[in-house]
Formats: sequence, structure tokens, C-alpha cells
Amino acid sequence: MSSTDGTAPPDRPADGTPGQKLDLGPVGHLGDRLFAGMARGSGALVVAIVAFVGIFLLALAIPALADNNSSFLFSRIWEPGGETPRFGIAALFYTTLVSSVIAMVIAVPIAVGVALFTTYYSPRRLAAPVSHAIDLLAAVPSIIYGLWAIIFFAPILRPVINGLSSALGWLPLFEKPATDNLGVVFTASVVLAIMILPVVTAISREIFAQTPITHREGALALGATRWEMIRMAVLPYGRSGVVSASMLGLGRALGETVAVLIILSVPNGNDPWNASIFAGGETFASKIANNAAEFDTPEKTGAYIAAGLVLFVVTFLVNSAARLIVARSGPGGKRPRRNRRAGTNPAQTEGAAS
Amino acid sequence: MTTLAANKPAYDGQTLDLTGKSGSRAFKNTLATVLIVLCFLIALVPLLWILWTVISKGYNLLLDPNWWSQSQRGVTVRRVGGGAYHAIMGTLIMSLICALIAVPIAILGAIYLVEYGKGTKAAKVVSFMIDILTGVPSIVAALFIYAVWITVFGFNRVGFAVSLSLVLLMLPVVLRSTEEMLKLVPDELREASYALGVPKWKTILKVVVPTAFGGIITGVMLGLARVMGETAPLLILVGYSKNINLNPFEGFMGALPTMINQDRTELALQPAADRVWAAALTLILLVLLLNLLARVIARFSTIKSK
Repeated sequence: MSSTDGTAPPDRPADGTPGQKLDLGPVGHLGDRLFAGMARGSGALVVAIVAFVGIFLLALAIPALADNNSSFLFSRIWEPGGETPRFGIAALFYTTLVSSVIAMVIAVPIAVGVALFTTYYSPRRLAAPVSHAIDLLAAVPSIIYGLWAIIFFAPILRPVINGLSSALGWLPLFEKPATDNLGVVFTASVVLAIMILPVVTAISREIFAQTPITHREGALALGATRWEMIRMAVLPYGRSGVVSASMLGLGRALGETVAVLIILSVPNGNDPWNASIFAGGETFASKIANNAAEFDTPEKTGAYIAAGLVLFVVTFLVNSAARLIVARSGPGGKRPRRNRRAGTNPAQTEGAAS
Repeated sequence: MTTLAANKPAYDGQTLDLTGKSGSRAFKNTLATVLIVLCFLIALVPLLWILWTVISKGYNLLLDPNWWSQSQRGVTVRRVGGGAYHAIMGTLIMSLICALIAVPIAILGAIYLVEYGKGTKAAKVVSFMIDILTGVPSIVAALFIYAVWITVFGFNRVGFAVSLSLVLLMLPVVLRSTEEMLKLVPDELREASYALGVPKWKTILKVVVPTAFGGIITGVMLGLARVMGETAPLLILVGYSKNINLNPFEGFMGALPTMINQDRTELALQPAADRVWAAALTLILLVLLLNLLARVIARFSTIKSK
């Protein structure tokens, strides 16, 4: 509709009497140069912003790091400010990573299932509304997730927590803590899984839908069942896409703040550190948000900014890896897959090629 | 001929079964179908549960006209009354300022990627950085603005600082969706415009951008919806005020997420709990309405490529 507006000037009655030339202004290069400059400037600004985020955080973190009396990377103590500031990120790093990785492990299979459902299982008329419904999950603000989770959702996890901890309690990761507390890393992970589900689903869905029809029909023509078609054609084609979607989901989970802040109970300072996912804890983001009121001296603020910098670097690396996987293998990731298979199992290559 | 004839008897004995699949294959197929449908149902549960919780607990206060016209000034957690006007206005002001800054940069950036930088190395770098910016956690964006606005420049914690940090979050969303839309504009339109002697920048402004306008608006709305629900920047960059403050450059400001955050520890008290869920419902309504509107616009403004 609107496309005709700009292209067929003679039809436009608003432009004055017929016969008069369409006045589009002087044809000069100044406008072009200015506009191109503005466009380039905006592009450069994006690059500058990302660079500035790193530079500013680093610049403000360095003085605090220089005054730090304990190992920033390996200490679990967090006592910034004061005469002898001591702070380290080991505990934060652990909780952040463990909660996000568990979230990813829970979310990815379900997301792949949902993506397959909308692309190859659901009736066509249902596919679009279903996709939109899942996308709406991404629109729910994280503070509402947190509130809902700690009041209504966490109690139904209690049997799961009890079951897992009594079955696998001999592992430090699943050790049952003394108190009956639902604000634990595991709860946060499950909620994070729900929160990253739409991202992983959306990207997987797109990749699955791109599977060449020849691959799919080839599989079906050979007598494959629907599931076999998916395993032989769709999943191999979408593998790199799913991997990068998972990484993006992981990046999202690493930086999630408020939901985690509400859910996780902060361990008492005197308690010994607990590696179990059934204990409370703090992530980078929740620690920073929880202590925003403490940003009174530059030294103290610097410590939190240093933690934020680590979070920035970690998410940067995870997201870059996700993008590189996609860029390297392209949608479908044909080449690496075939090479790997050819090396390990020639019989399968034949099967895939036929 | 002879070989065929020789082979034939070998097939005669057994009939080739083309009718069905073996039991285990059929079973696996059914199992996979069941699991996949189950995944979908599991994914729907949280959405419906959250919506039900927030609506059933929050709708009551929303029916009260005071909710939309009064602030929480002087209302304590134990008392009933007051409204969310201060928070709604705060949320709208901060996100609109954010949009005013982010949208022009995003659109120009997308124009750069599609119209000027296509295929160049610089465009690849910009594109990569947009991906990175998409992944920057809101708390990091907030810390960055804190470092610049408060530590370096020595300004106060105000609503405008929140808007600045939201720009970092909104920019990549709008830029990417605008880029996708600009890519969809058929080259024939550009060429027709050039053929008429229209310079490139006017072609972009008067042909390309108007053609993609619906899609750009969709992106803007999705971006707005994303930043409205953000809480982390609010916690760090502005204090919560129960009073009406419409000035983003001075004083603390209410906002819906911080209004929820303020009373979430007092949920045992009925008036506070009512307000928390009502604020949550208001926020969800705002965000979902923007999302739905964006989708409606997107549906009616798809570029028809011949």
C-alpha cells in the first residue's frame, strides 16, 4: 500500500498542478554526504558504545582491584570498602555459572520440542498463535517472574528438590542443606529456564523451518516416519542453530537480575560456603542489584563494577561464541557435519547422502 | 535379461511388505510425537499460570478510578488506597525518553547497514557489535551508565540516567528489526527512484523508509515493551518515589517495576499485596498491549514482494 506513495509521483495529487515538475529539491551531493555521515556515525556509535562499556567499567574497576587485599578471581569473601577491602568473585562466578548452565540444560530440550511442534507437528492454523504465545513468555517482565516463582512456583519444586537431594545427595552439587529453604539455586535455574525458553525456541524454530524440503521429502520418500525424518533431516540441519540458540539463552540467563534477586536467598555471612544447588547464593547480577544502596565510596562501587565487568566479559564471550558458531557453519552447518561424519562413520554418510 | 530372469525367483518366495513400519519404529514415532506435544504443553503452563495469578490477584484495584489518577503519597503498607499514577507516568516518561534517543540512532544504524555499508568489513564489525549489545545484561548497562553519569560526571541518580541505560537495551532490538524490514524493500523501488534522478538520501527517506514504516514501528514497540519491564537499571540509577515526579532530571521517580519491588517484602499485608499484584497487572497489560499492537501492525504492513 504505502510502497506506491514514493514511487509513483505523478499519481500524487498533493504535489501540485499537473504539468509542474515534481520538486524534490536541488540535486546535490551535500545532502547525500550529510545523510551518509549520519548513518555511518550511528553505526560507529554502536561500536563505540560497546567499547565504552568495557573501557569505563575497566577504568573504574582498576583502582578498587589495586586496593584489593585478597585474590579477586579465587576468593569467596566479599567485603569491599573499609580499611582493608577484600573481595573475590569465586562464589559469585560459581553460582552464576551453575544456575545458568542448569537453566540451559532444562530449557534446550523443551525449546527444541516446542520448535519442532510448531514447525512440523501442529496443525498449520495453530502454529502461528502457538509461536506468539511462546513469544509472549519473553514479554513478561522479569520482576513478575521472580514474584510469581517464589510465591507460587517454588512450592511445587519441593518434591523435586527432596527427591533429587536424597537420590544424589552424595554428590556435593546435590547435597541437601540443613534448612528447608526454597530460595535455592535450583529454583532459580528452573525459573531461568522458563525465561530463556522463548529465545531458544524462536531461533530453533527459524532454523528448523529452513530445512530444505528436498531433505525432508527425501527422508519421507524412503519410508521414514515423521520422527525419523526429523532425526535424519531436520535435527542435523539445525544442529548449529540450536547450539547457538542455547548459547544465547545461556547469555540471557547469566545476566538475568531481578528474578534471581527475588528468588535466591542470600546466605548468612557466617555460614560455610555451600556448593550445593539446593542452597542459596548470589549471582553477579543479583549481588550488584542487591547492594545498589551501598555504592557510597568509589572503592566499594569499584568492587561491584569489577564484578559487573566480569559479567560483561563472560556474556560477551558466550554471545560471541554463539554468533561465531552460526557464522562459521551457516544455517544448517552442512560442511562441518559431513566432514565429521565421514571421518567417524562412513556408513552413515552413505545413508545421509542417499 | 538373463540376469533379471535369474533373479526373479528369489523375490517370488517373499512378499515385499510396503504396508507398515515395524513395531519399534512406529512406537518410537508415537513416543516422539507424545513428547513433543508434551513439551509444548509444558511450555504453555508458566505463561497461563503467571497470567492467571496476576490477573486474578490484581484486577480488583484496576477497576478503581483512583488507581489511574492518584499516587502513593502518604500511603503506608498497612493502608488501603492510593494509585499507580506516579509509577505509570514514571515508566512512560523514562521509556519515551529512551525511545526518543534510541529510535533515530537505531534507524540510522540500520540504514547504514543496509544502504551504505552492505558487504563491507566495517558493516560486519557494526553488525557483530549489535549482536553483542543485544546480549549485554541490563545490570551491566545500568552499571555502565552509573560509572559515566554518577562516578565520572558526578550527577545525581535521576530518571534520565535510567533512560540512558535503557537506550543500550532498546537500540539493538529496534536496529535489528529495522534492518530486517529495510532488507525486504525491493530493489526495484530504489532503482525507480534513482532513475527519476532522486539522490540516494532522499530515496532512502522518501521511498525506502516509508515502505518499511510499519515494520519499523513494530520494532519500536517491541523495543519499548522490552525496556518498560526492566527493573535492574531502576534499582541502581534512580530511587523510588511515592510522589508524582514528572521531571526526569531531578529527584527520584516512581516506576511500575520499582513499585512492585518496594512492597514485595510486605506481601503478608493485604493492602500491600493487592497493590503489588495490581502494579504487576498494570505493567503486564502495558507490555502485552504493546506486543499485541506491534504484531497487529506487523500483520497489516508486510511488504508485498512480487
